[in-house]
Amino acid sequence: MSSRLRVNPISCDGHGLCAELFPERVGLDDWGYPIIDGEPIPSPLEQHARRAVDACPVLALRLEQLSRRD
Amino acid sequence: MSVSVPRLLLGLHTDGTPVSLSEHLHLHGPLPARLDPGTLLADVEGSTLRGRGGGGFPTAVKLRAVASGRGRTIVLANGVEGEPLSGKDRVLLRYVPHLVLDGVEVAAHAVGADRAIVALSEAAGELPVLQKALHDRAGSNRVEITIAAVPEAFVAGEETALINAVGGGPPRPTATPPRPFERGIDGRPTLVQNVETLAQLGLIARHGAAWFREVGTHEEPGTALVTLSGAVRLPGVYEVPLGTLLRDLVAEAGGETQPPRAVLVGGYFGTWLDADTALACELSDASLGVAGAMLGARALAVLPERSCALAEVARVSRFLADESAGQCGPCVHGLDAIARAIASLAQGRSFDGELRIRRWLDQVEGRGGCHHPDGAARFIRSALDVFAGEVALHTRGKRCGGKDLHLLPVRHRQERRAA
Repeated sequence: MSSRLRVNPISCDGHGLCAELFPERVGLDDWGYPIIDGEPIPSPLEQHARRAVDACPVLALRLEQLSRRD
Repeated sequence: MSVSVPRLLLGLHTDGTPVSLSEHLHLHGPLPARLDPGTLLADVEGSTLRGRGGGGFPTAVKLRAVASGRGRTIVLANGVEGEPLSGKDRVLLRYVPHLVLDGVEVAAHAVGADRAIVALSEAAGELPVLQKALHDRAGSNRVEITIAAVPEAFVAGEETALINAVGGGPPRPTATPPRPFERGIDGRPTLVQNVETLAQLGLIARHGAAWFREVGTHEEPGTALVTLSGAVRLPGVYEVPLGTLLRDLVAEAGGETQPPRAVLVGGYFGTWLDADTALACELSDASLGVAGAMLGARALAVLPERSCALAEVARVSRFLADESAGQCGPCVHGLDAIARAIASLAQGRSFDGELRIRRWLDQVEGRGGCHHPDGAARFIRSALDVFAGEVALHTRGKRCGGKDLHLLPVRHRQERRAA
C-alpha cells in the first residue's frame, strides 16, 4: 500500500505550510502555491506527508491511498 | 468549386431570419415518431460522432454514461460560446433553432431524461428566437425544455461552470470528480452537450449513422461548423466535411486579403501554426495533430504578414488572464504575470522576457481546477514558437515592423461587467 499527495487548487490559498513541512516532495511556484509531482510516496516519508496534510489551514491537501495495483 | 456541404445549415435564409418550424419540417422531415433509446444509442455509436464543443469526447460514450447514472437524468444544451473567435453556436441558435431543439429531444430520449435546459449567453441576441421556436413547438415537444440565460464569460462554457451558472451562481468551475454525468444539475446525472453536437444528433436520428459518415474522413466523419476570421475576404461560419483542406476552406471564404503569416487553430485555447504549415493541413485532428495543433471548436483566424503578431498575442493573453475564474492561485497570478511580460515584450521593453514567460508557462500548466490555464498556456507557448523571429526582434528593442491590426477580438472588462 502506498499513497500520493493531491492538492485541490480551488481550495488552496498558498499558505505554503506543506512546502515547509514536506520539502522533499512539495515545492512552491513563483507565487507561493505548492507544486506536487503526484508520484507515490514511499512509506518512510508518509509521516511527513501526513503532517503536511494536517497542517493545511484550508484542508486543500489530501493523502490518497493507492491500491496495490497502481 | 465549393467545399461547403450544408446539412446543419441547410436552407439558411440570407436575410438573417430563422428557419421556421414549417420550413424546418419541409427541409428535414419530422423526427421519427418513436425515439427508442437503444436504436438512438446504436446510431450515435455507429456515427462515431464526437462532441463539437471543443473537447472532442465520443458522444455515444457520454450518452451511455449519463443513461446508466443513478436517478432521473437531465439534458443541458451548451450554447454559451464564450470563445470570442467562435460564432457557430450562435449561428445555430439564431438561424436553425428547431434543429437544435430536435437534438435536445433526441438526446433526452437517449438518456431517459424528461427535462432539458438550453443555456445561452445573456449578452447575445438568440433568446427571443429560441423562445419563439419553443412556443411554436409547444404541444409537439415530448420533453420539457426551458431556457437559461447565463452571464457571458470565457469560462462559462466549461461544464461545471455552466452548471453553476444555470443554478443561478457565478460561472465558476468546481473541482471534479464528481463529473456532471455523475452529479450535475440538482445532483442529477446531467448530459452537457454542445448545441452543434445536438444539432448533429437531430440529423443522425432521422438519417442514421451510414448517412452521417458519407462525408468527412473515415476517422473523423461528418460535416462540421468552422468559424473563419482574420485576413480573409468573407469571414464567417462555414459548414464543410471534416478533412477539408484548410487552403480550400480559405478559398471558400474568398481567399486571403493579404499574404498570410500564421493561422491560429482552435481559438484562444488553440495553437498557432505558420501559414504554409496550416494551409497544407486538413480540417481534422489527425492532420492538425501532426503539425502540433488540435481542432478544438474549429475557430480559425488568419494573421497577415504585415500585422504585429505580438501585439495581438499580448492583447489576447491579457484577456485570458482577466477571464480566469479567479479561484486557483497559479491561474490568477501566473496568467497575469505572463500577460504583463508579453505586453512588455510586444512594446520592445523586455530583454529577458521570453525565458521568464516560458518558465511561468511551465508553472501554470496543469495546475488549475479546470483547463483554463492549460489552454492559455498552449496559445502563448505556440505563439513564442511560431513568432520566434518577431520575438527576437522585439527583444532587441527593434520590433517587427508590423502594424497592430486588432484582428483578434476581445471583450473588455467594463463591457463584460456591464453586460
